[in-house]
Amino acid sequence: MFLAGSKSCKPIYINTRYRLHIIDFDLRFSKFIRMAEVKLIGTTQSLNCIRIEWALKLKGVEYELIEEDLLNKSPLLLKYNPVHKKVPVLLHHGKPIAESHVILEYIDETWKNNPLLPEDPYERSMARFWAKFSDEKCIFGAYEAAWLEEGEEKQKAIQSAQELLAILEKQIEGKKYFGGEVIGFLDLVVGWIPRWLNAMEEVGGIKLLDAERFPSLHEWSQNFIANPVIKERIPPQETIVNYFNFGISYRRSLAVAKP
Amino acid sequence: MAEEVLLFGFWGSPFSRRVEMVLKLKGIEYKYIDEDFSNKSPSLLKYNPIHKKVPVFVHNGKHLAESLVILEYIDETWKDHPILPKDPYKIANARFWAKFIDEKYLSAIWKSCTSEGKEREKAVEETSELLQFLENELKEQKYFGGETLGLVDIAANIIGYWLEIFEEAFGVELLRKEKFPKLCNWANEFVSVSAIKENLPPRDKLIAFLRNRFGVGNASK
Repeated sequence: MFLAGSKSCKPIYINTRYRLHIIDFDLRFSKFIRMAEVKLIGTTQSLNCIRIEWALKLKGVEYELIEEDLLNKSPLLLKYNPVHKKVPVLLHHGKPIAESHVILEYIDETWKNNPLLPEDPYERSMARFWAKFSDEKCIFGAYEAAWLEEGEEKQKAIQSAQELLAILEKQIEGKKYFGGEVIGFLDLVVGWIPRWLNAMEEVGGIKLLDAERFPSLHEWSQNFIANPVIKERIPPQETIVNYFNFGISYRRSLAVAKP
Repeated sequence: MAEEVLLFGFWGSPFSRRVEMVLKLKGIEYKYIDEDFSNKSPSLLKYNPIHKKVPVFVHNGKHLAESLVILEYIDETWKDHPILPKDPYKIANARFWAKFIDEKYLSAIWKSCTSEGKEREKAVEETSELLQFLENELKEQKYFGGETLGLVDIAANIIGYWLEIFEEAFGVELLRKEKFPKLCNWANEFVSVSAIKENLPPRDKLIAFLRNRFGVGNASK
């Protein structure tokens, strides 16, 4: 009758109503402890942070989000990520883990339900390879195409960015998600496309994810963002557009200032 | 069915040597193909069309690129002499440091060796800060992996062997014993392990290669 796993539960035979209160307190106390166990230091606009929230939600892990001001980094962030001083940082029982791919794999290995990575070692390695490719090449390729001012260099950057998207297109062809029938590790990593790529396109005055040229990637993007767990925790388009407006203006000003 | 294990590498590359080190540690037999950078083989371009780089690992026809990805694949496929721990937090820690080494160290060391004047001073300082992180991480352990070599030790082969070669080839001092005693000690232990020792490129050959290809650096330290 009492909660499974609740160590403090001893039946107290006073009256039914009081006994029910004890159960309720115990349930809420346990839930509080579970929540405090997992904390995420991050920001809502960061694609690296959102992918962690998606993973935690897909696994039904309760967590506390500690919003970080990146222009004024907190002592907490500097304490738990002294090497990079960046978000996201996951705290589990007070132990910090940094770097989003590392965090995603840690989450997958710690909470075994709804696995994010395939079981087969080769398939796992391919997911890791493409995740690295997406983060190291595709995002920066798209950002470069967005921030460059109109001209030959911008056109070349657009072409390069699209060549990289074409490679991702091949990986998703014939599949609903990169993970197969359900969202997996690689979907979360490539999850920057629906909002963040969209915002880069808007601010940069470019079109990269052409539905005609990349039908599978386009369809994946629609499926991904329609998933209730993803949709629940995705920042509004306007927030990301504002973020890139600021970032791209600053980047362009650096390019002008450079002799 | 006989296992087919191939490795496309370059004799002087720390990245392809990492894979060889782990294959040796685990006693896995493989066929090695050395690549010529100026004339990459059709096989390499076929197996790694994305990056066109070494190392490329082929296991029973399935190919993989990126050295850290390959190392984890090998560890998950051949379970003897594991290079990753079992505890998820310790695994995460190992992956963090391996990734950090990959992303930061080689470019910082390279800049320290090939730039001049104020730029070199800045690069040397940056490299020193990076080395301090690893000095601290080593704590009182023999290896980053504890009592046996782990993923981070293999990833840190750049520091364990190649760093000293860069120092000699370009006349720069980065890994000072008085500042990094633990790291220096670790480097000596690392290169003494037979699986590692057998997979180090010849010192003089590598110094000559670096000097020829990239020019002799300044003699000043």
